Formats: sequence, C-alpha cells, structure tokens
Amino acid sequence: MSDPNGLIQPGRIAPGFTVPATPDGGLTGPEQFRGRPVVLAFYPADWSPVCGDQMALYQSAAPVFAQYQAVVLGVSVDSIWSHRAFAESRGIEFPLLADFEPKGEVARQYGAYQPRGEAARALVVLDPAGTVSWSHLSPPDVNPGADGIFDALDQLAADRKVTVG
Amino acid sequence: MTTPLQVTARLRDPVSTADHIRGPADAAVTVVEYGDFQCQFCGAAYPNLHELLRQRADTVRLVYRYFPIANVHPYAERAAETAEAAGVRGRFWEMHDWLYEHQDQLDPVHLSLGVEQVGLPPDELNAEVENRTHADRVRRDFVGGIRSGVNGTPTLFINGVRHDGGYDLPDLLAATDAAADA
Repeated sequence: MSDPNGLIQPGRIAPGFTVPATPDGGLTGPEQFRGRPVVLAFYPADWSPVCGDQMALYQSAAPVFAQYQAVVLGVSVDSIWSHRAFAESRGIEFPLLADFEPKGEVARQYGAYQPRGEAARALVVLDPAGTVSWSHLSPPDVNPGADGIFDALDQLAADRKVTVG
Repeated sequence: MTTPLQVTARLRDPVSTADHIRGPADAAVTVVEYGDFQCQFCGAAYPNLHELLRQRADTVRLVYRYFPIANVHPYAERAAETAEAAGVRGRFWEMHDWLYEHQDQLDPVHLSLGVEQVGLPPDELNAEVENRTHADRVRRDFVGGIRSGVNGTPTLFINGVRHDGGYDLPDLLAATDAAADA
C-alpha cells in the first residue's frame, strides 16, 4: 500500500539499529527483543505537552503491554540527557531512545522523520521476528492513544495461534 | 493492516449497571468520562460537567470511569480506590465530588478527613485501600479506557464517540446538544 508520508509499511523487515537509551545510556534497539512484539513509538520531542501525555500514558499502560509480552521503545531526536530528565519527571520506565547522532537517522530509516528536524508522531509494531505488522502516522498535535497498538498486538497473537495451531 | 490518518475512537465497554451513573436512566445523551482524580484538567472540567448536568437535567447523564495515570499522579490510584470503596456503600458521587473539590488534599491524611466528611468510616475504607480490595475494578476501567482510545485525562465519550473538543461549558453544551439531535 502506498503511503504519501513515507512511513514504513506492514510486511517490511524492520531496519536494525542501536542507539543510547534510558535509563543508563546503554545501546538499545529492536533486535535485542526478538521473540517478543516491539512497539516503536516515534514522537517529536521530549517536554512538548502532547508527547508527555503520550509517553506517560504508555507507562501507565505497562501492565497491559506486559500481557502481550510487548516491549515499548520511545524514540525521539533528543539527547540521552533530555530523555533521562523527561523519563524521571513522568515516571517513564521503558527505554527512551536517543536518535541524536547522526540526528534522526533511525526516524529516517522508518520514514518517520520530518523536515522541521523532529520525528513524526508515528507508531510501528514489529512482530516477534522483526517484521513490521502495523504502522500508524498521527498529526503531530494528536496523541494517538494506544487502542491501535493493542488491536495490532491482538492481531499478532491471533496470527501466531493460527501458525502454531 | 494500516490505519487511516483520522480514526474516530469509540467506546468499547458499553455502559452497564456496574457503572457509576449520575442523571436520568433514559437520558438521550450519555457522557462517559475517563478521569484521574489528581489530574488538573479533570479538575478544571469537573464544574463544567456539573453545570452541564444541571442545565440539561432531562437529556444528559454522566458516567464516571477510573483512569489513574499513576506514574505522573502518585495519589490517583488511592483516590480512585477510595471512591470505589465509597461506591460500594452507595456514596460514590459524594466521594467523587469531594475529591475533585479538594485536589490539593489527596495525601492519605487529608483523604481520610475527606472520607469522614462524606460520612464514611475512614479506618474501614483505608483498610480496603491498603488490601487493594478495589484495585481490580479500577484496573478494569483503565484497560477498557485504553482499549477505547483514551489518550489522556479527561477523555469523554459522548454517546460512544470520543469527544476531541474542549471541556468548557459551551463546548460541552454544543457537543451534547448535537448528540441529542443526531
């Protein structure tokens, strides 16, 4: 399916990468979580009001993500230092990835980079083998919530049952 | 599987007798609020929702569901479970109102005073909160909300459709009047 915005589409192999992440700055990327669904939540920036709500919301939903054994990774072009302060202020325990140097390289690989120098507000769900199973682009000022993510995770779980069964 | 840019989130858990409902059972318009007692935006919406129910007493009812964002609001879960403890004693709305009218007093000591003001036994309610007696109910509301597209607090669903407009009284009157005419 063509997408004028260029966001990575279902069926594609997710590009591999590692970048520094909270809490300790360790290099982190989706390939470390093979065998589990991975949710990449690209967002424009730490501290902008809508983002705060979106990442804080995903933290509050951690028990639901855990039911799917899903890993949530937040990604923006902010530095690890900004991410750390932001995570601390919002109680965010899942990794926030610093797509900082070269700036926005990860977001570009996923078609989630915006010319104004920030990541788009984009959600990408990877299946346990690292293939994109769902992606969604929101307007920058709209918090997409998590319902689309959980629908995608439900679909993955259903597909897996069919494959195994 | 790709989602178009604009998706209208819809309420997935229908309103039932297990809900906390204020207003006429046969109201043409049902407003479901997912709220966090420690959230300032919910606190700001509270008097407007109150006034909405007063001005549209025959047509609008309000359903309140818990959506504590505990990592940002350390007292929100405890407040929600206290409200539920009041709810099983038939005093949900009194407790709900006290919480929103005393958002700067949600620490355990002041909360106990609030429970007493509502006319309930603080020690009894406190024990239930400590034992997490009502945690499942609060969690159930939360999960239903997140599956329905709640993306922050407050989130309102008006006749099952997420209200993405404002929470000032004119916004709420316009949105509920439109739903009543639909």
